[in-house]
Amino acid sequence: MSTPILEARSVSQLFPIRSRQRLFARTVMQRAVDGISVSIHPGEVVALVGESGSGKSTLGRMLLGLLPPSEGSIHFRGEPVAGLSGDAARRFRREVQVVFQDTGASLNPRHTIGQSVALPLQHNLRLPAGEVGRRVDTLLDQVGLAPARFRERLPHELSGGQRQRVGIARALASEPSVIIADEPVSALDVSVRAQVLELLDRLRRQRQLAYLFITHDLGVVRALADRVLVMQGGQLVESGEVDALLTSPQHAYTQRLLAATPVPDPARQAQRLAQALAGRPA
Amino acid sequence: MLEVRDLSVEIAAGREKLRVVEGVSFSVGRGEAVGLVGESGSGKSMSAFAILNLFPSPHARIAGGDIWLEGRNLRGLSAREWRGVRGAQIGMVFQDPSSYLDPLIPVGRQVAETLRAHGRNEGAEARVLELLDLMELPSPAEVARKYPHELSGGMRQRILIAAALALRPALLIADEPTTALDVTVQAGILDLLTRLRVELDLGILLITHDLGVVAETCQQVHVMYAGTIVEQNEVGALFRQPRHPYSQGLLGSMLGPDSRAGNLFSIPGSVPGARDMPAGCRFHPRCPIFQPGLCDTGEPALVDRTGGGSDRCRRSGEFDNAWRRTA
Ligand SMILES: Nc1ncnc2c1ncn2[C@@H]1O[C@H](COP(=O)(O)OP(=O)(O)OP(=O)(O)O)[C@@H](O)[C@H]1O
Ligand SMILES: Nc1ncnc2c1ncn2[C@@H]1O[C@H](COP(=O)(O)OP(=O)(O)O)[C@@H](O)[C@H]1O
Ligand code: SF4
Ligand SMILES: [Mg+2]
Ligand SMILES: [Mg+2]
Repeated sequence: MSTPILEARSVSQLFPIRSRQRLFARTVMQRAVDGISVSIHPGEVVALVGESGSGKSTLGRMLLGLLPPSEGSIHFRGEPVAGLSGDAARRFRREVQVVFQDTGASLNPRHTIGQSVALPLQHNLRLPAGEVGRRVDTLLDQVGLAPARFRERLPHELSGGQRQRVGIARALASEPSVIIADEPVSALDVSVRAQVLELLDRLRRQRQLAYLFITHDLGVVRALADRVLVMQGGQLVESGEVDALLTSPQHAYTQRLLAATPVPDPARQAQRLAQALAGRPA
Repeated sequence: MLEVRDLSVEIAAGREKLRVVEGVSFSVGRGEAVGLVGESGSGKSMSAFAILNLFPSPHARIAGGDIWLEGRNLRGLSAREWRGVRGAQIGMVFQDPSSYLDPLIPVGRQVAETLRAHGRNEGAEARVLELLDLMELPSPAEVARKYPHELSGGMRQRILIAAALALRPALLIADEPTTALDVTVQAGILDLLTRLRVELDLGILLITHDLGVVAETCQQVHVMYAGTIVEQNEVGALFRQPRHPYSQGLLGSMLGPDSRAGNLFSIPGSVPGARDMPAGCRFHPRCPIFQPGLCDTGEPALVDRTGGGSDRCRRSGEFDNAWRRTA
């Protein structure tokens, strides 16, 4: 098998727990991520699911190099990230990009869309000025935003879905090989969500782009991912190939997640009602 | 119980007046959950704010229509009277529970505050505990003493529902109440709303962009597009046989068990703003069966159809799915 682009080897993250009452007591540490290993290969989509607070984003931030692991190590193309410097460190920062749920909201409100997308081209790729304009247009095209209509607009003149696509264009500008996507489509309407998922899938096929896809939407997991990892309380509780895992989930949380996912079938209402009333002994 | 007739909302933008909600009508009965669905920007929240006459922006106002609540037209009320209606007769919860809770005050006191604001000091403590218990919060007395940050997102939303229901309103307006929550927590809140609807005979107006949530929670559905209701029906009929191409497209965009990247359907284009509203049918630039001359002259009216429900499409019912042209 090829060398993974990005890899976490038994990483843990410890955070101090703050307690109001015991101001002077010794600090207790919480294992937000507890001994997790994961590898992401070129062109692969790895989904990461788990309940709120299970440590998904914390693992994502460690893989991005934003948070040094308390234990274990992160490897980029086989090399420990902690030891990278100079060109190698720059390459890591360029090739590993992130898209958040509200990536669009973090755009500079005074920069036009064109300027926002141009920034990483100038800084990360150091392209000459003439080349930048052309690349901005190609990127906007790729995310389905007509350059002539959108290049000169300001962020507030775009819908949420359009801003999210600008965020993705900006991440793509650096020509990444892997994107850590933390709930990138959960704030989007169904129709726009489908468009963005198609875009991400096309980039995976065309450029061997890989993703760590953090979400609790099992529809998204099924539509896009190859493998899925399930986290609970900082630990990996289940993992495997998507279709197999979702057909016969083993862990209680995975089963609960599957049962809780809304289905567009009003016939389920009767069952839900019985469940809601039964859940509470009178 | 609630009857909204021909409601319009206007936002003043400089010299312009933007109609963001136009001629919206719907009703909610006791013990009934009614869903308002549509893409973001379609005017769902603005319709809800109008019922409360409580807009987040000072530039927005009700421009027309009537809002009947238990036989009384709210449109004629003074600002003070309307304040009395909010909370007492209509409860409300919103998407982001954190921004409606004071981080420095224990949550129990915040629920009690709703009671006190309406002069119900007597037995407030006991009522708060009763409410928290009704919300299925474990050990209510303990939870009441906690600060918002000590509770999970789902628990915070339950606190807000408790506050909204403190004065026993007959109607609850919930605007995207589970959108910020993860799926398992969402399921718990939806079950809770269903139970409250049945046990308290509560009317619920549920605003969401998630059709799955509507399918599992509501009895009636109104689909909004660009400020108007384009289709209305009983939930089973709407999911079984949507008639408006927009409703058909929305349902088709949902990710089902067989959806895989590469074959995902989406409605091309985007929702128009109030400034560039297309003439005729508001959906026509995106519609796969748009017919020049028929669809772009005058806005189609919301027409009642035989067999129940209503929609605003001039070619209503011609195709089972306009996007695949299957008759
Ligand atoms: N900087 C920090 N300091 C202290 N604790 C933190 C910090 N960041 C995260 N945590 C804690 O670590 C745990 C894991 O958090 P994380 O954000 O990774 O969860 P998540 O799985 O991404 O949740 P969600 O689905 O809500 O986004 C939580 O208990 C959280 O409160
Ligand atoms: N403060 C505001 N100023 C100008 N336009 C606004 C404001 N708030 C909302 N709008 C516009 O009103 C329309 C309806 O918005 P909203 O009711 O929030 O939609 P929804 O809840 O369906 O997503 C949108 O076109 C939106 O852009
Ligand atoms: S009225 Fe015409 S354009 Fe509008 S939805 Fe119906 S067929 Fe499409
Ligand atoms: Mg997170
Ligand atoms: Mg809204």
